[in-house]
Amino acid sequence: MSGHAFAENQPDSFSFTSENEAKADGLIAKYPAGRQASAVIPLLDLAQRQHDNWLPRVAIEAVAKKLDMAPIRVLEVVTFYTMFNLKPVGKYFLQACTTTPCWLRGSDEMMKCIKDKLGLDNHGASEDGMFSLLEVECLGGCVNAPILQVNDDFYEDMDYDATAELLEALKQGKPPPVGSMKGRNMSESSAGATSLTSLRETEAAYVPRPPKPAAEAPAEAPRDGGDS
Amino acid sequence: MPKLTVDGIEVDVPPGSTVLQACEAAGAEIPRFCYHERLSIAGNCRMCLVEVKPGPPKPQASCALPAADNQEVFTDSEMVKKARHGVMEFLLINHPLDCPICDQGGECDLQDQAMGYGHHSSRYTENKRAVEDKHMGPLIQTIMTRCIHCTRCVRFSTEVAGVTEMGLLGRGETAEITTYLEKALASELSGNVIDLCPVGALTSKPYAFVSRPWELKKTETIDVMDAVGSNIRVDTRGSEVLRVLPRLHDDVNEEWISDKARFACDGLKRQRLDRPYLRRDGKLVPVSWPEAFSTVAEQMKALSGEAMAAIAGDLCDAESMFALKQLMTSVGSANIDCRQDGAKLDASVRASYLFNASIAGVEDADAILLVGTNPRWEAPVLNARIRKRWLEGGLTVAMVGTPADLTYKVETLGAGAQTLREIADGSHSFAEVLKSAKKPMVILGMGALVREDGAAVLAMARSIAEGCGMIQEASEDSDAWNGFSVLHTAASRVAGLDMGFVPGAEGKGVAGIVAGAGSGEIKFVYLLGADEIDMSGLGKAFVVYQGHHGDAGAHRADVVLPGAAYTEKDGIYVNTEGRAQLALQASFPPGEAREDWKVLRALSEAVGKALAYDSATALRTALVAAHGSFGAIDQVEPASWGAFGTAGETSDAPFGQVIENFYMTDSISRCSAVMAECTETFVTAKAERTGTEE
Repeated sequence: MSGHAFAENQPDSFSFTSENEAKADGLIAKYPAGRQASAVIPLLDLAQRQHDNWLPRVAIEAVAKKLDMAPIRVLEVVTFYTMFNLKPVGKYFLQACTTTPCWLRGSDEMMKCIKDKLGLDNHGASEDGMFSLLEVECLGGCVNAPILQVNDDFYEDMDYDATAELLEALKQGKPPPVGSMKGRNMSESSAGATSLTSLRETEAAYVPRPPKPAAEAPAEAPRDGGDS
Repeated sequence: MPKLTVDGIEVDVPPGSTVLQACEAAGAEIPRFCYHERLSIAGNCRMCLVEVKPGPPKPQASCALPAADNQEVFTDSEMVKKARHGVMEFLLINHPLDCPICDQGGECDLQDQAMGYGHHSSRYTENKRAVEDKHMGPLIQTIMTRCIHCTRCVRFSTEVAGVTEMGLLGRGETAEITTYLEKALASELSGNVIDLCPVGALTSKPYAFVSRPWELKKTETIDVMDAVGSNIRVDTRGSEVLRVLPRLHDDVNEEWISDKARFACDGLKRQRLDRPYLRRDGKLVPVSWPEAFSTVAEQMKALSGEAMAAIAGDLCDAESMFALKQLMTSVGSANIDCRQDGAKLDASVRASYLFNASIAGVEDADAILLVGTNPRWEAPVLNARIRKRWLEGGLTVAMVGTPADLTYKVETLGAGAQTLREIADGSHSFAEVLKSAKKPMVILGMGALVREDGAAVLAMARSIAEGCGMIQEASEDSDAWNGFSVLHTAASRVAGLDMGFVPGAEGKGVAGIVAGAGSGEIKFVYLLGADEIDMSGLGKAFVVYQGHHGDAGAHRADVVLPGAAYTEKDGIYVNTEGRAQLALQASFPPGEAREDWKVLRALSEAVGKALAYDSATALRTALVAAHGSFGAIDQVEPASWGAFGTAGETSDAPFGQVIENFYMTDSISRCSAVMAECTETFVTAKAERTGTEE
């Protein structure tokens, strides 16, 4: 199973924490009786978040058992979505978008920087377990292309220098604020707003970027259980 | 009834039909890979594209498009041709062009359709993708690079076979078919995925690199590995049976066969009896036919009828049993029996030993009570039919007997006759379920009938059938229904009962014959392919074994007369529902072995009681004249109801399983290396599991 093989080192057992167990039951309860299998994606997400951002075989079987599904059906879902990891990933899991808009906007530079600074190719992982890299398809942030997703957070407007800066900050354990690395507001023009400027001061159209304390590393921040 | 036009031809199709079905009704051939009429619709190969008006101006997948009124369908327009060429080109991007070394070559859907829709050469210069082969057990060979992801195998194993072990992992270019953890596909119907696979990704492991389809002689015949009478095609080259494939018969096996029916054929090459043998000084030595006959005749002439007995085995054709019965009658012996396992069925009321509801009738049933049977092992194809009915919804299945995983939900009511008695007298709650059902069924297996109290169990089953409304006369709004169904395990059994191959007046049954032989009362036992009786109990009796394999019977025999296996003779087999079917000869018996009726005819002459027929036709005419049901080939005559069974005490012992190892149940499958490997993979390995696993 070339691309779909389980990791070599597998834990012996997996069970949801009591907190996640309750969340899982809540997720299953959203669906009509007998349709519990519909909760497979959120449950897998829950399991992955509980287990260092990857899914061991036992976790897949635990989810299958909880949802009364055949393990192969759950594995089909896991392998269909690139968001589920069958192998351990770094503390900072880098998902680099190289789809056309990001590529046109210079994702090659971003990739080159990652290669230069960390020595990572696609599917690669650093030996210290800090970083791993996956090339992904469109992350849906084309207005601020190229995008580099670090765990759950988008870093936008990447170029060689911005990538280097970001990786260095991550190495220090001080992730910069999420969003554009060029400091632009949301997806506004880099030169500032050019239309609807009259609304700026008065309306909710202008939402200042919330300052993010540098100490709060995204990887360690409590992650939402996919309940949203 | 949607009315639409296909290429200008107007057709009416039943509501719920697809455009593809409408096209077929109009006689237009639609190429397809993923669509299969007995599986759910996937719509992922895109080969069946047609142009439909009204609709979007693009080709549409006809397999997944409902037929609707006033549609105009074009199957031959420029758009359709271009679309199909495009699909074919895409399918071939990654398909290896290894037809010369592919076992599917010559019977490959992709190969055939590429002739019709393919380009003369590829426009792609890129590397093709390669996929690692998967392990799927001893029967299925995989070359996964050839897979075109139609998912027929996944749908078959999940829907029909009821084992959710196969799946499609990944997506797009990384998609791969596999079993979970690459375990062997643990289904007794797994071989059918080989037929379903439209390319050479899943092929037969035992048949790998054996032959090309055009080198084979194909003979349409009947399977004898169970009592279903699956329609099969036997492919031979010279005298060698190379493979067995299913044939379509909607009322019997649809288009599936069990793995035993398909893969036990290599047993036909091993341990064969190819010349007559005579026991001299404790050893079997080869002799000539005349010598063997004269020895047997000498024994028979010296004895009176009461001292002789004959037992017919499970794989016998009707003709040879009839000839043997006539021979025994002519020498004055009433000690004949075809019920090797000692089933307490008698031949007087035909409805008492038939699967009266009929195999196709399972699809009408809404409540089924399984008594002492495990249909999954005893008749896998029938079990798939029950599962098919169960998947439709509205079917309750309960069982009395040894609990087993039957691939559908079964409520275990109890283990033995006590529970059956409660259902019969109405005190068990399941009696109400049966009574309120429109078409209730009881499937009575040999596990309940081979016991001492079998006749009493049979009587209880009859009273359940009568008390719960299973015997329904035809009325204005419904057809006649008889839910009382006996599931046999032996292919020859119903024919034997139909012709009265049972002890005559004062005659002895199998148990009596064995006991009589042990005590010296019976001095001569004729075994016609009978291997399942207790040979050690035959004492000093002179045993003649006529059959095709050196199994238990031949080891005990004093004279061995080599006969023909089921693929080597024409013969009538009657399946469990009473359907007489004609099996045809696919190859010749090995060496000096002869068709069984001929052996009996020649022996009768040596004995001085020559049977009155010299040809198979004359024998069959005599058989039909004596027992008319054998003349109605491939027909099921409803049997009239009557009184049968003997009320009496029953023991508390649970109903046993008659089949412990599905893969080895008769002299042919016991000699099969493939079946031995299956036994090791699926039966022994399972038994060795410790209690720590779930």
